[in-house]
Amino acid sequence: MTIDAEPLLRVRDLRVSFQLDEGTVRAVDGVSFDVFPRQVVGIVGESGCGKSVTMRAVLQLIDPPGRITGGEITYRQNGRPIDLARVSPRSRQMRDLRGAEVALIPQEPMAAFSPVHTVGAQIIEAIMLHERLGRGEARARTVELFRDVGISMAEQRVDAYSWQLSGGLRQRAMIAMALSCRPRLLIADEPTTAIDVTTQAQILALLRELQQKYDTAIIFITHDLGVIAQMANYVVVMYLGRVMEEGPVDEIFHAPKHPYTRALLRSIPSLQTETRAALPVIAGTLPHPFNRPPGCPFHPRCEDIRRGYCDVAVPALHALGPRRAVSCFLHSDAAEPA
Amino acid sequence: MTAPLIDVRGLRKFFPIAKGMLGRITGHVRAVDDVSFSVQEGETLGLVGESGCGKTTTARCILRAIDPTDGQVLYRTSGGKIVDLAPMSPAELAPFRKEIQMIFQDPFGSLNPRMTLFDNVGEPLLVNGMRNRRERMDRVAELLRLVGLRPEFMHRFPHAFSGGQRQRIGIARALATSPRLVVADEPVSALDVSVQAQVLNLLLELQARLRLTFLFVAHDLSVVRHICDRVAVMYVGRLVELAPTDAVFSRPRHPYTAALMRAVPVPDPRVSGADGILKGEVPSPASPPSGCYFHPRCTLAQERCQREAPALQEVTPGHFARCHFAAELDLAMR
Ligand SMILES: Nc1ncnc2c1ncn2[C@@H]1O[C@H](COP(=O)(O)OP(=O)(O)OP(=O)(O)O)[C@@H](O)[C@H]1O
Ligand SMILES: Nc1ncnc2c1ncn2[C@@H]1O[C@H](COP(=O)(O)OP(=O)(O)OP(=O)(O)O)[C@@H](O)[C@H]1O
Ligand code: SF4
Ligand SMILES: [Mg+2]
Ligand SMILES: [Mg+2]
Repeated sequence: MTIDAEPLLRVRDLRVSFQLDEGTVRAVDGVSFDVFPRQVVGIVGESGCGKSVTMRAVLQLIDPPGRITGGEITYRQNGRPIDLARVSPRSRQMRDLRGAEVALIPQEPMAAFSPVHTVGAQIIEAIMLHERLGRGEARARTVELFRDVGISMAEQRVDAYSWQLSGGLRQRAMIAMALSCRPRLLIADEPTTAIDVTTQAQILALLRELQQKYDTAIIFITHDLGVIAQMANYVVVMYLGRVMEEGPVDEIFHAPKHPYTRALLRSIPSLQTETRAALPVIAGTLPHPFNRPPGCPFHPRCEDIRRGYCDVAVPALHALGPRRAVSCFLHSDAAEPA
Repeated sequence: MTAPLIDVRGLRKFFPIAKGMLGRITGHVRAVDDVSFSVQEGETLGLVGESGCGKTTTARCILRAIDPTDGQVLYRTSGGKIVDLAPMSPAELAPFRKEIQMIFQDPFGSLNPRMTLFDNVGEPLLVNGMRNRRERMDRVAELLRLVGLRPEFMHRFPHAFSGGQRQRIGIARALATSPRLVVADEPVSALDVSVQAQVLNLLLELQARLRLTFLFVAHDLSVVRHICDRVAVMYVGRLVELAPTDAVFSRPRHPYTAALMRAVPVPDPRVSGADGILKGEVPSPASPPSGCYFHPRCTLAQERCQREAPALQEVTPGHFARCHFAAELDLAMR
């Protein structure tokens, strides 16, 4: 695969917090990563680590009491960089970008379709909004998209309501909707989490095929390391709103640097495991968002902790190579400014 | 060998499909259709299959949360007597309720948010006649320690706990009455990997310590591989394969089981899992296909498969499969 020199999306030191009565939740606390054209970037991390909020921030979809408090989000539209963090969320420019340039498959597909309009009508509307196509042409495109995503009896299914479709078909319709305006970047937020492994395998194969066909870049969010291994070229590992490690998929799985990544990989049962052997676990529990530990967010659970460093300062995301970075004091003394 | 703790024979559960104003019955969802298996004391049997194949319905019939349409649920009592739970009335079932308990998938929904841990975990004790509050507190404290939670947490409410901790609370509650059989319906499906590993280890440890018998419903085959002694695979309300875990994973005898295993994404980018994807959708249990229920999706199907329903045959001792070609098939896992 050829890699373009310029990233399509470049996120630097992104911060998002939620101001609540009980205190401030720093949901995203200095996240940086790049997405190059035609690449699949997997974002992996446990529930609550800030995966969805990061992506909603990219699309400027953070609602109060949430707020983007810092960072740069640079999107390259036809070679021209735009700082999305400076574009007003409700502006024409942002609305045009969403859907047409960057499309989102949201985490709750049920909520994404309105129950009172047919699935097809909603996709047709989206196409007509972004492109100068008549209703007939938009409908023809929708039927074609339904075929592309493997929905049989596409002409009839276009007129179905979302609640009439099975989970797998609904997810396919969701993908059709996301691809309807030929976006250059597709953000898929846990697109297969609620469905069977068999349907998941079909949807993953479909996404791979469409990615080739349309040359789309994909940001793939999941907490399933198996899915990441099979889908991503490049992986970002998150924990408590920060990036622990990022790099090419093979290095993340075969030469992980961060103690969290290593622990996570050890704790997955595989089809090869021995029956009834205890799995290695990560000690302790995920801290409550109001009780962020000082220092490295992972230090209370880390087996390799360097006392006096890790519990005091926050390690910076340190570049180990052009596309390889880790934030851990075992690898670099670089710390965030206090 | 002693009789199995639970022996399910010819279990059926049909749900009527009613149409129109008069609620005329126009057909039946054959959710569970002639399912037989047994579980030895101290054993873990995994029940797997795609959504809607009848796993939960089977579990609910055994727990007698619903009435089976047909079949027997033979249970060996602590006194060594064999009783059939299937036709029992609520009064007849009462003495056995505390011996068969359930762990639910959703650690958030299965606890009462308005009750403290003491009340949530202690409720089954109260129901089973432990009236003394002091005694209940001691038992709840013991249970919380057993599942790795601090007894001081007893007076807190469920919302103060994380997903993994809530699942531990659910396990403590299920163990309150010292059950012999625990039916766990997708107990780790809603949990993150790191939390899932902790809960799986806990279940293994508790089983060894308390000599528990598990019926473990799951859709994640790697979890099943890890925790179960034997595996039962269901497809559209029927068992299609039943065998010791090692045998199923090293040489599945049913094309469906093999397809299910191939669908699990391998957590290694050097291993490609893209080939052999199962096509099509699960048929409805209200109108299953002719012959072998799997034939429309089976890559090995022959003309005979759409005509003739295969029987569940014992291919090697203890290894059963419902495929005409089970004896010949050599289905390598990948
Ligand atoms: N509207 C909101 N109000 C308050 N806190 C929020 C809100 N949305 C998200 N958060 C908090 O932000 C943090 C990150 O949430 P996010 O949804 O991004 O997690 P995630 O990584 O997508 O998790 P999951 O895997 O469960 O989807 C969490 O601690 C969450 O509680
Ligand atoms: N109360 C009910 N009335 C009518 N049909 C039902 C009822 N309960 C279950 N069914 C049907 O019976 C079949 C088996 O359902 P069941 O819940 O046992 O599946 P499952 O294997 O547990 O699936 P899942 O993995 O989605 O939990 C499904 O077709 C379901 O729609
Ligand atoms: S009986 Fe035929 S259709 Fe059914 S699993 Fe075997 S080969 Fe496939
Ligand atoms: Mg999310
Ligand atoms: Mg179920």
